[in-house]
Amino acid sequence: MTLDTNASRTNGRADDRSTPGFVETVRLISGREITMRMRSKAFLISTGVLMLAVLASVVLGSIFGSQSELPKVAVVAGATDVVEGNPALEAVPAADQDVAEQMLRDGDGDVEAIVAPAASEPLGIVVLGLESTPNDVVSALSVSPTVELLEPAAVDPMLAYFVAFGFGIVFFMSALTFGTTIAQSVVEEKQTRVVEILLSTVSARALLTGKVIGNSVLAFGQILAIAVLALLGLMLTGQRVLLGGLGPSVVWFIVFFAIGFVMLAALFAATAALVSRAEDIGTVTTPVTMLVMIPYFLVIFFNDNPTVLAIMSYVPFSAPVGMPMRVFLGTAEWWEPFVSLALLLATAALAVVIGERIYRSSLLKTGARVPWGEALKG
Amino acid sequence: MLELHDVTKRYGERLALDHVSFTVGDGRLTGFVGGNGAGKTTTMRIILGVLASDEGTVTLGGEVLTTADRRRFGYMPEERGLYPKMRVLEQTVYLARLHGWSAAAAHRNALELLERLGLGERTNDTIESLSLGNQQRAQIAAALVHRPEVLVLDEPFSGLDPMAVETVQGVLSDAAASGAPVLFSSHQLDIVERLCDDLVIIAGGRIAAAGSRDSLRADHGSDRWELLTSGDLGWLRQQPGIRVADFDGGWAVFEAESDAARQAALAAAVARGDVISFSREHTTLAQIFTEVVQ
Repeated sequence: MTLDTNASRTNGRADDRSTPGFVETVRLISGREITMRMRSKAFLISTGVLMLAVLASVVLGSIFGSQSELPKVAVVAGATDVVEGNPALEAVPAADQDVAEQMLRDGDGDVEAIVAPAASEPLGIVVLGLESTPNDVVSALSVSPTVELLEPAAVDPMLAYFVAFGFGIVFFMSALTFGTTIAQSVVEEKQTRVVEILLSTVSARALLTGKVIGNSVLAFGQILAIAVLALLGLMLTGQRVLLGGLGPSVVWFIVFFAIGFVMLAALFAATAALVSRAEDIGTVTTPVTMLVMIPYFLVIFFNDNPTVLAIMSYVPFSAPVGMPMRVFLGTAEWWEPFVSLALLLATAALAVVIGERIYRSSLLKTGARVPWGEALKG
Repeated sequence: MLELHDVTKRYGERLALDHVSFTVGDGRLTGFVGGNGAGKTTTMRIILGVLASDEGTVTLGGEVLTTADRRRFGYMPEERGLYPKMRVLEQTVYLARLHGWSAAAAHRNALELLERLGLGERTNDTIESLSLGNQQRAQIAAALVHRPEVLVLDEPFSGLDPMAVETVQGVLSDAAASGAPVLFSSHQLDIVERLCDDLVIIAGGRIAAAGSRDSLRADHGSDRWELLTSGDLGWLRQQPGIRVADFDGGWAVFEAESDAARQAALAAAVARGDVISFSREHTTLAQIFTEVVQ
């Protein structure tokens, strides 16, 4: 066999071969990460399941939402005047009480109660239910005093809970899924030893950057797909979204998430580089996993506690959840997200620098877990 | 010409490499031999820049190596490995592109090389689905796909079947013939002996001997002579100025006091009957290695 190792010098064309710069190298590495991930069945299935869950919650929401229509009542002739004109009830006329009772018993036209005339009653009517008192019908026919709140809550607490849950779970799921993916990808290269060939060609920094960017693109792609799917579902099922109220906090969430994710990705890559076997990833990345989980639980349990939220919105690891939450609740001054963002940026930069150091010094140390001190020393 | 100057590396307290200096000439196949833990892999990793040395420099053509230079190196690490889930062609193309080849040229190079290595039918299989022998061939492809101008191969023959050994030998010889410096380590001293122009012997992190194969033989070879005749060589013990080291019927190995004594012994053998062969005893690399390392 003949192998012309000298070909590049003798007949290689200039445009066939060049010295790729950092950006070009990172593009190649991140491209490989994305291609391989898109080919992984586990990734496709988990994304599919997540999409289905989002779609299901939107559709179920619309089904439960549609039940809050006006209660229907069968109105026996003579009581029509009382019910018609009442904006909280939908009247279904019935010829006489027997017909109305039959409708109620058979469930015809979804009527919940019967309103019949009764001259002896103070209101001139009587309400008949089937098994239990039809409270919504009764309250619709009652006179309620006007209620005034001295300190009305700006946001419905139920809505606040759902928004907190939404930010929390999206951050938690994405950071954990793609953080673990990065960790696996780092250990795979160590375990299969391909890392030595890679390091003889590209720098550890390019390798780490490519991994972080590749997985960040995937994480954002997934979040974007979920957001589009959820909005489309809401529009198609005719539900109204509080986009006006949610908009600014979602924008902040995306900005914080982008930087927070890079920080976590660097930490996941660095800690994973300490071990050489896939089985050890779980143990070694536990501290980073904790950093992802704690904000999730805090925001769910303490979304009505302004002090906890205020602290969370400044601690870099929980800021991606805490600050958008406070923006949504309207408890953050306009400058607060910027201060928190600067803090997050500084921490992320530090995490990347330390992460790269650990990553670079641990990549070729196979076998036993690399001690922290040794990894940091480089 | 690839040169190492006083390369030193410490792992904590342990001195892994102690002022290692040697040269790999252009077009010279250079064998790198040494026991386990002698420092071969560490040296090669430092040449490739995968490890940093504590002292000393590595130069190519007199210039200190840069990352850009190293992209034109072909490297086969001792610890083999590729991405198990990537396809053979895809992986080879990826590595060529990391070395700076355009997508189209990388594809062309990779297909051509895989075809030559007998992997033409396997280009779309994942690495993990290949047999062990074919995985080794894919590894060779990974080291060569970017048409390197310098080759550094750590134990390229370990774990290879005889056909693959043949292929790799061809690759190394061709690379050297085209003018590239080639450095490879091996425990299989017979292959090194057959293939190499130059030798570097390392022991305990120090260079024990280095130079061309022939000059090493001259320096460390024995002064013994080997004689084979059809008759019995019992008389040789009485020959003046001759000390018989080994003897078996018509075959003997002996040392001669002087050239005259040697000539006289040969003349006596010819006078007594049929001399089949007479030569200086062949010094194997294993003998030189043992002598140098001790």
